[in-house]
Amino acid sequence: MSNQVSKSTKNIFDGFTFGKLLTEGRAFIALAVIIVVFASLSPNYLNLSNVIVMTRHVGLNALLAIGMLLVILTAGIDLSVGSTVGLSGVLAGFMLMQGIQIPGTQTVLYPSVWVIVVLCLGAGALVGLLNGVLITRFKVAPFITTLGTLYVVRGTALLIAKGETFNDMTGKPELGNTGFHVLGLGKFLGLPTGVWVMIVVALVTALLLTKTVFGRWLYALGGNERAAELSGVPIKRVKIWVYTLSGICAAATGLIIASELTAGAPQTGQSYELNAIAAVVIGGAALSGGRGHIRGTLLGAFVIGFLGDGLVIVGVSSFWQMVIQGAVIILAVALDEAQQGSKKKQKLAKVAAEK
Amino acid sequence: MSKSDLVLRAKKVRKEYGLTVALNDVDFDLVRGKVTTLFGENGAGKSTLMKILAGIERPTSGSLELDGKDISFDSSTEARANGISIIHQELSLAPNLTVRDNMFLGSEIRSLGSRVNYAAENEKVREIMKRLQHDIGPDEIVGDLRLGQQQIVEIARALASDARILIMDEPTSALSNVEIEILFTVIEDLKAHGVSIVYISHHLEEALHVADYIYVLRDSNMIATDEAKNVDLPGIVRMMIGRDGAGSTAIDQKTDQVVLELKNLTIADPANPARLAVDNFNLKVHAGEVVCLYGQMGAGRTELLETIAGRLSQISGQILLNGVDIATLSINSRIKAGVALVPEDRQRDGLVQLMTVGHNIALSSVGDFVKKFIMRTSPEVASIEQKIKDVRVKTSSHKSLITSLSGGNQQKVVIGKVLLTNPKAIILDEPTRGIDVGAKAEIFQLLSEQAKSGLAVLFATSEISEAMASANRIIVLSKGHVTAEMDPKKVSQSDVMAAADDKTSKLRIGAGA
Repeated sequence: MSNQVSKSTKNIFDGFTFGKLLTEGRAFIALAVIIVVFASLSPNYLNLSNVIVMTRHVGLNALLAIGMLLVILTAGIDLSVGSTVGLSGVLAGFMLMQGIQIPGTQTVLYPSVWVIVVLCLGAGALVGLLNGVLITRFKVAPFITTLGTLYVVRGTALLIAKGETFNDMTGKPELGNTGFHVLGLGKFLGLPTGVWVMIVVALVTALLLTKTVFGRWLYALGGNERAAELSGVPIKRVKIWVYTLSGICAAATGLIIASELTAGAPQTGQSYELNAIAAVVIGGAALSGGRGHIRGTLLGAFVIGFLGDGLVIVGVSSFWQMVIQGAVIILAVALDEAQQGSKKKQKLAKVAAEK
Repeated sequence: MSKSDLVLRAKKVRKEYGLTVALNDVDFDLVRGKVTTLFGENGAGKSTLMKILAGIERPTSGSLELDGKDISFDSSTEARANGISIIHQELSLAPNLTVRDNMFLGSEIRSLGSRVNYAAENEKVREIMKRLQHDIGPDEIVGDLRLGQQQIVEIARALASDARILIMDEPTSALSNVEIEILFTVIEDLKAHGVSIVYISHHLEEALHVADYIYVLRDSNMIATDEAKNVDLPGIVRMMIGRDGAGSTAIDQKTDQVVLELKNLTIADPANPARLAVDNFNLKVHAGEVVCLYGQMGAGRTELLETIAGRLSQISGQILLNGVDIATLSINSRIKAGVALVPEDRQRDGLVQLMTVGHNIALSSVGDFVKKFIMRTSPEVASIEQKIKDVRVKTSSHKSLITSLSGGNQQKVVIGKVLLTNPKAIILDEPTRGIDVGAKAEIFQLLSEQAKSGLAVLFATSEISEAMASANRIIVLSKGHVTAEMDPKKVSQSDVMAAADDKTSKLRIGAGA
C-alpha cells in the first residue's frame, strides 16, 4: 500500500509536473500565489484598471531589471542605475525648461522632445560606458565601480538641478518642445507607453540573448571568463557594451518616470537598483554569472511589483511591506539553491546508474 | 626488513573517483627511521596514496595499520594527531597570515583555555627555522616571502607538529641548490631521530639519492618495491613506464612548409616578473609535423604555449604564422589567423561548464554562423555534429550539458572547439592530463590524423612515454632553455629524461654525496 503511494507520487514528480513547476517556474508560482491571495483580500485588486496601473509600475522596474540581467549574466553588478534614473529625468527637465545655451552667445536652444530623449539615453549610455571602461581597463571591481558612480551620478543630478525639482515639464508650443508627457501618460491600444517600451525592450533583449553572437558570448563570459577569453571572446568589449546597455535602460526608465510625473526630481530612483537586482535574482539568474533569462526576470519584476502594490492596496503598513518583500527575495533564492542542489544529485544518480 | 620496524602499513588500499580507479589494491610499507621514495609518472596515483596516508582522502577499500594496529583517519587533523604530517606538492599556506599562524594553524599552542600562547609559538618557530638554517621570522607574512621560502615554511609546519611520519610530495620544486642540501641534512637528522619519511620527486636522481627503500607505481598499480641500493636509475625508469624506450608510433608525414615559427622568443615569468620563464626560444613547426615540448614542471612549457596563443605577452621575439608575425595580435585575431590553444587546465580555461556540448564546441567560431546579425541554428548544429563525429565525442546529443561527459570526452570537446576554427597550427598543453589511458591513445590518434591533413601540431607534456610515442620530434625544455632536440626514434627515454633534468641538480647531488 505504502509502496503504491510512493510510486504514484514519484510519477507525478517525474514527468511534466507539479514539482517541476514549483521549482523551475517558482517565480510563476509565487506570482500566482500573490494574485490569488490579494484578489481574495481585495475585490479591486484584479480590476482591469488596477492591473494596468500595477503593470505600469512593473514596467519601470522591469526595464531596469533587463539591463541589470545583462550585467549579472557577466557576473557583474550595476549599482548606479538608480542614480542614472534620477540624472536622466533631471537632464530632460533641464533641457525642456531651461534649454541649452550655446557657449559664448546669448542663443538658447530648446531641443524638441525626441532630441531630448536621444540625449538623455546618450547620457545613460555614457554613465554605462564609464562603468565598463573602469571595470575592464582599470580593473576596478564592478561592485566598487558602480558604487562610486552611484554617488557621482546622483551628485551630478543634484548639481544640475541645484537640488530643486523641474516641475510642469509640458513644454511650450512656441518653442516646439511639447509632448513630453506622451512617454509616461500616453496610451496605445489601451496600454501605457511605458508598458509598450518594456515589451519591446524585453523582446529585443530576448532575441539578443538567444539568437546573436553577443548573447552567446555573454553566457560564455559569465560561465567561465578565462575559457571564454581563450576561446577568442572579446571579453572587454562585451563587458563595456553590457554596462552601456544597462545605462541606457536606466535612462529610459528615468525619462518615463519624469514624463509620468511631468517633473524631473534629482532624488528620483533612489534604491531602484536593489529592486532591479531582486527581480533578476527572483527570476532565477545566478549572481555568479552565466545563468538567467528574460522570461524569469520579467516574472521577477511582476512578483515584486504585484506584491508591493498588493500590500499597499490591502493596507499593510509600510514597515511590514519591507519585511515581507525582503522575506520573499530570500525565499526565492533559497528555493533556487535547493533546486540546483537536487539537479546535481540527479546527475550523480544518473552517472551512477550508467555505470 | 623485520616486522617490528614497520611504522605504517597500507594494505590493499583502493581508491575510486567515480568511474576511474586511482589506486588498485596497493600495498605500501614504511620503515622506521628510513626514507622511502615513491616513483611513478604523473597520474600514476602517487599523490592519491599520500593523501590517503595523511587522512585527506579516505580509501574506497583496504586498511591502514599504524604500529601494528588498524587505524582509519577521518581528517588530516586526526592523522596529524597520530604523528603523520604531509608537505604538499602545491603549497597549502594562507598567504595573508604570518609564518607563525600558518605553522600552527589548527594546532595552536594554547594557554589558559582558548588563548593562543604566541610567545611559545614564536619560540618554536625560531627553533625550527634555526634547524632549517633559515632566518625567516615568525611575524613575517607568508605572501611576502619568496616561493622557496614559502616551501621552507611548509616544511617547518610539518616539523612543528613533531611528526613521526613525514610525507614530502615534491618538497624541492621551488628550492635552490643550497636549500635542497640543507633539506637533505635535515632529512638525515630526522632519520637519526627515528622519523620515517616518504619522499616523492620528479627529480629522479635526487629521489634515488635520498632513498633507503623504493616503491614504483604505474597506472594505479604497485609495480615493484626494493632496497634503494639494489636498483639504478634506468631500472626505475623502465619500471615507471613499463618498457624500455618503446619506439615512436608517430608517422612521419612532415612536409617542408613551415607553418609556425618562433624566433628569439623571451617571456617573463608571470608569477615573478623579474625571472625569465622562457629565454630566447627558437622553433619551426612544419605542416604535418607533431612536435613535443618535453620538460618538468616550471620548465616554461605553459608560459611558452600561452604566449603563442596570446594570453601572455612576450618581452621580445616573433611568432610567425605562415611567415606573418602575429605576436602583437589579440587572442581573437590569432584564432582567426589560424592558431589556437588547448589549455592545460580544461575546467578552468577550456570549458564553460554551464553550457551544452554543442555551444562549447561552437564557442570560438560562433561568428561564422551569423547572417544579418542573427545566428543561424541549422548550419551551426550541422558543424557541431560534424565535429562531434570527427573527434569522436561520446555524447547522447549536442544538447547535453558539458559536465555530463567524462574527462576524456570533455577534452575532445575542447579539441573539437579548436578544430572548428580551421586552424593552421594547433597547440596543446598537457592534452591528456587527468584522462584515462584509452582516451589518451584516442587523442594522439586524432592529432596524428590532423597532422596528416596538413596541420602543424605542437604539444607540451611531462610524461615521457607520451613524448616518445606520439611525436616526430622532441624539444627538451629545462628552466626556460632548450637543452636538447631529439628524434624519438633514435634516442632512449632515459636520454630524454636526462636532458630535461636540470644540470644543476646533478652537481648538487655530487656535492651532497
